[in-house]
Amino acid sequence: MEKMFKKIFDKKHISRTVSYLIVIVGYIIIQLMMNTVGIKNLFKSLLVPTCCYIVAALSLNLVVGVSGELSLGHSGFMSVGAFAGILVSGLLEPYLAMGWLRLLIAMLVGGVIAGIVGLLISIPVLKLQGDYLAIVTLAFCQIIKSLLNNIYLGVDNNGLHFSFVQNKVVLSNGGRMLLSGPMGATATTRLATFTAGFLLILFALLIIYNLTYSRFGRTIMAARDNRIAAESVGIHIRNTKMLAFVISAILAGMSGALFGLNYSTLQPAKFDFNLSILILVYVVLGGLGNMTGTIFATIILYVLPELLRGLQDYRMLIYSMILILIMLVTNNQSLKEKVEALILKIKTRFLKKGSVAND
Amino acid sequence: MAFLSYLINGMGLGSVYAIIALGYTMVYGIAKMLNFAHGDVIMIGAYTAFYCLTMFKLSTFTSIIISVVVCTILGIIIEKFAYKPLRKASSLSVLITAIGISYFLQNLAQILFGTDPKVFPELMRNSTFSLFKGQLTLSYKTLLTIIACILIMIFLTIFVNKTKTGKAMRACSQDKEAAQLMGINVDNTISITFAIGSGLAAIAAVLLCITYSTFTPTLGSMPGIKAFTAAVFGGIGSIPGAFVGGLLLGIIETLTKAYLSTQLSDAIVFMVLIIVLLIKPSGLLGKRIHEKV
Repeated sequence: MEKMFKKIFDKKHISRTVSYLIVIVGYIIIQLMMNTVGIKNLFKSLLVPTCCYIVAALSLNLVVGVSGELSLGHSGFMSVGAFAGILVSGLLEPYLAMGWLRLLIAMLVGGVIAGIVGLLISIPVLKLQGDYLAIVTLAFCQIIKSLLNNIYLGVDNNGLHFSFVQNKVVLSNGGRMLLSGPMGATATTRLATFTAGFLLILFALLIIYNLTYSRFGRTIMAARDNRIAAESVGIHIRNTKMLAFVISAILAGMSGALFGLNYSTLQPAKFDFNLSILILVYVVLGGLGNMTGTIFATIILYVLPELLRGLQDYRMLIYSMILILIMLVTNNQSLKEKVEALILKIKTRFLKKGSVAND
Repeated sequence: MAFLSYLINGMGLGSVYAIIALGYTMVYGIAKMLNFAHGDVIMIGAYTAFYCLTMFKLSTFTSIIISVVVCTILGIIIEKFAYKPLRKASSLSVLITAIGISYFLQNLAQILFGTDPKVFPELMRNSTFSLFKGQLTLSYKTLLTIIACILIMIFLTIFVNKTKTGKAMRACSQDKEAAQLMGINVDNTISITFAIGSGLAAIAAVLLCITYSTFTPTLGSMPGIKAFTAAVFGGIGSIPGAFVGGLLLGIIETLTKAYLSTQLSDAIVFMVLIIVLLIKPSGLLGKRIHEKV
């Protein structure tokens, strides 16, 4: 028991404990608020998407922060997960009444399919390096969007009907269109709940932290920090990076499935380059490899434009200015030195007091 | 004959991509950054030319010159206020700043000019001419675009290879510190590169508007991504690479639209990019830099 306690509050693991605590406390507070004072409908509608973006950002941080490869196509995996999830949930609807079970199956299937796509993509992607790798992930994201824009899928008593590029699906009576090209999914039953989002965040944190603190985490960070040195001690760079890439795709797919089942209609165009960039912004502002920071950055940056809604047209303008300012301030050398000097000053003062007390 | 006409139209589209790609590739070559705001500089160029032509009733030539000047100044301002303080920052911070600038310009344009699509005035009456006894019909627009692109290409090649500033640019792209030791003002050289890239964006804007005639504040984003792809396709950092990449991308896009599928043309274009990068990981004309231990 003491050992476990020590492990939780160990200096090395404190950041992990903090992020779990923050997520759990945040969930409890929001649940309490919903049940007692109630929260605005606007914020209620933001809860599930925020959870999805947090998971997507966490999974992207595994690729960009921990494994050190810039990926510009993360929304592609969300897209695959979302539409796979919507399909599964739509197909199971007549047979399975329990919503939560359907949601769970949809998320699992979404994750697995996104993982398979991630595995296929990672084979060519990881042959490249640096900015070339980034552009290929962007290219895959565009290809996925383009393909999903052309899939028509319907179901009726005779089974599934599928057509590509042109809508040739003819359904008998009582049939339903599940995917209709650029219109996407049009009549999804909304299954996503805040609790599911909360559990998904915990699941993502569990996976990512266990990975990064394990042998695998150390090999992948070694590969990131010095490729040649890592290779020379026998680390298989491509396999390690591939594992990180696929796990990231699985988590993104799961978050996509939850996202897809939160809306009654969803177009493939929603998951475009801009969404990938948006998630990347959360990761960079939260700190590369810093999961707690990512959670905070996502919440702040996702809710901020909604808070600025009163400013109407100016909200995105202000948002972009804040983004630029944050980057300029955090990278300002003289400012950094001043802050560091201030921290040092405070530290020495406190230490002096401490030493006096000890005497 | 149909094939030839598609090919030439594809070259027209490719020329526009090539001019935009030049902006990306020059900035990348020297500052090692992906300037995602480049597409939005194009958009500002389009609006400037539009208002010069319609509101102030200026001649075509003056409008283009004013648009080039506005974009050049905009490029220098962006470089000075947003990228210069980040010279020593990580490449991801610079990337996010570029994205911030891109959002900023897009939303500023939405507030200033409105989100409704504007119709660009007809600069050249849609005049066409026929070759081979009327079997091949081409428009002057396409020819003008191709000629403009070739002229820009020749000018840039001479500028980079023969002038002192060009030499400084090449030196900076190879080794900034060594260039500084040789007495080259690195900051100024980077500013000049941004200025040239942004000026080219204005020309690309006018050519885009002549081709598509309607435009909105998001005009720059899709051609921006395509041109960026073209730059990588040809080998990012290489000026002839951007030209070749842009032309090929335009031709592939037009041919797939004509013969295979309109809806899937984007997917096929990006597929070709991936295949090319798998065979030549640093693009068609990019130099492979070997890692030293």
